Amino acid sequence: MSSAVVSTSAAPGRPFLFDDESEAEVCSASAESKRPGGKHSPESVAASVFQSAIGNRQSAISLAPASRLEIRPAPEMITSGIPDLDALTGGLPRGCLTEICGPASSGRTSVMLAALASATSRGEYCAVIDASDSLDPHSLAVAGVDLDRLLWVRCGELKGAPSLSPRFLRRQGGGFDFSSPLPLNSQKKESESRCRIASVKDSSRSQRHSEHCLEQVLRATDLLLESGGFGLIILDLADIPPQSARRIPLTTWFRFRRAVEHKPTILLSIEQQPIAGSCSSLLLQLGVLSSQFSVISSNQFSKNPDARDWRPSHAHLFTELKIDAELIRSRLDRKPARSITFDTKTAWAG
Amino acid sequence: MFACIYVPNFPVAAALRAEPELQACPVAIFEGKPPLEQIIAVNERARDAGISPGMTKAQAELCPDLALRQRSPLQESSAHAALLDCAQSFSPVVEDTAQDTLLLDLAGLESLFGSLTKISHAIFDRAQELGVKANVATAVNPNAALLAARGLAMVHGEAENRKVMVIPPGKEAERLGQLPMEVLVDDHLEGDQREEAASLLETLNRWGIRNLRALAALPEVALSERLGQQGLHLQKLARGAHTRTLVPVEPPLIFEEAVELDHPIVLLEPLAFLLNRLLEQICVRLASRALATQELRLTLELSNLTGVDDEFDNAGIPSESDGSKETMRGQPPSAVRRSEAPQLSRRSTQFCRKLSLPLPMLDAKVFLKLLQLDLNAHPPGAPIVKIHLSAEPARPRSAQGGLFLPPAPEPEKLELTLARIAGIVGEQRVGAVELLDTHHPEGFRMRRFVAEVARKTPQNKTPDAAEAQAAITALRRFRPPLGANVTLQNAQPMRLICPAKRDVQGDVLWKAGPWRFSGDWWERDAWSRDEWDLAVRNGETIAFYRLVHDLLGGGWFVEGTYD
Repeated sequence: MSSAVVSTSAAPGRPFLFDDESEAEVCSASAESKRPGGKHSPESVAASVFQSAIGNRQSAISLAPASRLEIRPAPEMITSGIPDLDALTGGLPRGCLTEICGPASSGRTSVMLAALASATSRGEYCAVIDASDSLDPHSLAVAGVDLDRLLWVRCGELKGAPSLSPRFLRRQGGGFDFSSPLPLNSQKKESESRCRIASVKDSSRSQRHSEHCLEQVLRATDLLLESGGFGLIILDLADIPPQSARRIPLTTWFRFRRAVEHKPTILLSIEQQPIAGSCSSLLLQLGVLSSQFSVISSNQFSKNPDARDWRPSHAHLFTELKIDAELIRSRLDRKPARSITFDTKTAWAG
Repeated sequence: MFACIYVPNFPVAAALRAEPELQACPVAIFEGKPPLEQIIAVNERARDAGISPGMTKAQAELCPDLALRQRSPLQESSAHAALLDCAQSFSPVVEDTAQDTLLLDLAGLESLFGSLTKISHAIFDRAQELGVKANVATAVNPNAALLAARGLAMVHGEAENRKVMVIPPGKEAERLGQLPMEVLVDDHLEGDQREEAASLLETLNRWGIRNLRALAALPEVALSERLGQQGLHLQKLARGAHTRTLVPVEPPLIFEEAVELDHPIVLLEPLAFLLNRLLEQICVRLASRALATQELRLTLELSNLTGVDDEFDNAGIPSESDGSKETMRGQPPSAVRRSEAPQLSRRSTQFCRKLSLPLPMLDAKVFLKLLQLDLNAHPPGAPIVKIHLSAEPARPRSAQGGLFLPPAPEPEKLELTLARIAGIVGEQRVGAVELLDTHHPEGFRMRRFVAEVARKTPQNKTPDAAEAQAAITALRRFRPPLGANVTLQNAQPMRLICPAKRDVQGDVLWKAGPWRFSGDWWERDAWSRDEWDLAVRNGETIAFYRLVHDLLGGGWFVEGTYD
């Protein structure tokens, strides 16, 4: 990346200069214009005052040609661990906020793990602030992440949350199967109605939980950014509903951007929809399109999802996922939006 | 050459070390059981106010500004340990002559520390850093140094700030001659020996012998005829000609500081002030021995005074009903010792906290903040009457960051940050991951995250090789797994609904499985399950889930989503 961002006069470090004398002069001139025996008409006086004020201001403000303005150096671009993605974005910028968004199964976590593996292989320390405690350590290990260099902050603990032992699962009872001879449509209606009742009850609770998680995430992020020394800090908000994630004030994102600005840290946010607005320097949208769904299986799945595949399910193997990545916005490289497709392989695909 | 470190009025010095704000006040130390409490030591200001050792406490209390403190063996042993650290930081050959007196062999130290004067002043400064105001004297033999150090206080008084004396070789008799006769009497003599020494001094006083010069000038034969060998011994001492060999000690590396409180502390904020003082003292002692610490143990003695509980209940102290039952982190419950105080009205318990650090550190501020965060998370829950702090010494880390190494978090800062984050998300929910040797799907545990600068970068995989590797389809887990209602057709899932999460539902477009896993059948938490990989259409999007059928419990769960 060779692009450079030219700072404007409003950029930090370039204060405006005001001259007290010019202010006094303006006041005295205006006072003179109010005198009843003045020689000049009010319009001409006002024009002369304005011109003199402008002249004084121009002499007071150190105007510099555009060629002499401070040039902010382009951020260092670091590989994301996926060559195709690097070809699209140029890499992940240090000292900037990068947003990667997309729905479930769109490859956000795969990109996150690739970036973590790449950063830890360079010897950098990384931190994942996991809003929903959803990181899978085995996936980390398979992706090649050096676990000793990864700090995992597991947010979202609720008081009295049960453990994950098999005994708990048995006690919890889990769902049930509809293997009874009821017609499929009636089963669907019954289950949907149950879902609706349950969802109304749980909606407020889940919203409170999301807000609790977000509060923990933001506080932990503040502390880690202040601590410094991390090469990559990831905010994993992928499972936070967009309506909750949008409650993060824009000032918070500005604060994060400012905190990370002059540090060699990549701040990466994983979410369902873009929420940081103009604070993010890079915005990537990931997704798995229906047309690309056909290639998820090695070779058994038909291209037409409606077509019957008579092979038994145990003859299928989930081996890879085709991810569509679209560069929505980049403040570093002003090029039109474009997209690429890359593959992610499952751990057992070999 | 030998140096002597002598602390006059040692009980007062120990008290002033614990309470430096009393430096400008008249201070008297008393001991004994009521009502027979007696003053045993006073500082110069108290002496000017008319207080002297031997007075009763009631008499001393008539002085309005006098700070009366009970003699504290804990404070004195801490001050003595600090003196030993001071001496050991200069010379390996140190004699522990008395609690207030240490002798050092300075042979060969000139090349390291400079001239004898410089060494003496450095010893004085180091002792002052450790909170003890000591007299330092250097002489060619230990006894001459000892007498000179004792006599410094008597000659110059406490008004003199820097009490350092260097006696050049051959000038012992001349420099010691001005000292009074009292320096010859050891303060620590007791019983008959003390009476004998007192009568000897009285005899010499009757002869008109007022200082050591006069004693040294007496004819030896005549002195021997009248006072025997003891008189000759005293004369040799007065001439600075008596020499002996040092008995060096190897003090154990124990760094402990304690403070007993007259009034129980109820709030954590005043406790922080005291902890700060103790931590600073420990850090200075560790620094004088070129050591750091990796483990701090804080023991608080709690008191539940009868009739005081109600008063303290509303005083704002964070209450934790079982606070005194707190065990030290990583130690069995037996590590907590409970003791019953002899008074019937007071029931005291001990509250212990252990602060383990990933790397050796030596920063009192960081320690204080970590202890504060720990005590905020685990409040003692009762008034505190005694604070005991000990540090386990460790070699300081010697790693140096390279210019071309990637940045790493500063260990002290990181430790504070982790402690703060642990206060937000929970203690066991922040750290590094360690995979366990098991096939259990959640086979991992959290461990302490340590950022070492010197840790080698993994060399087995170059960045190019990492880039060449295809990205891995990761699993995002639902913790706890989502209970699912599954519609089966021919024993295969056809439709999926998760009541707890509305997003996770839809018709199954594609499935792979079942893949059967089981383990830990020899334990109570055995598990056995079938796993399915599903593609589920939810509106316009397609999501991939891992569905689990618990074969032992019979339930269906969505364990995670492939992302």
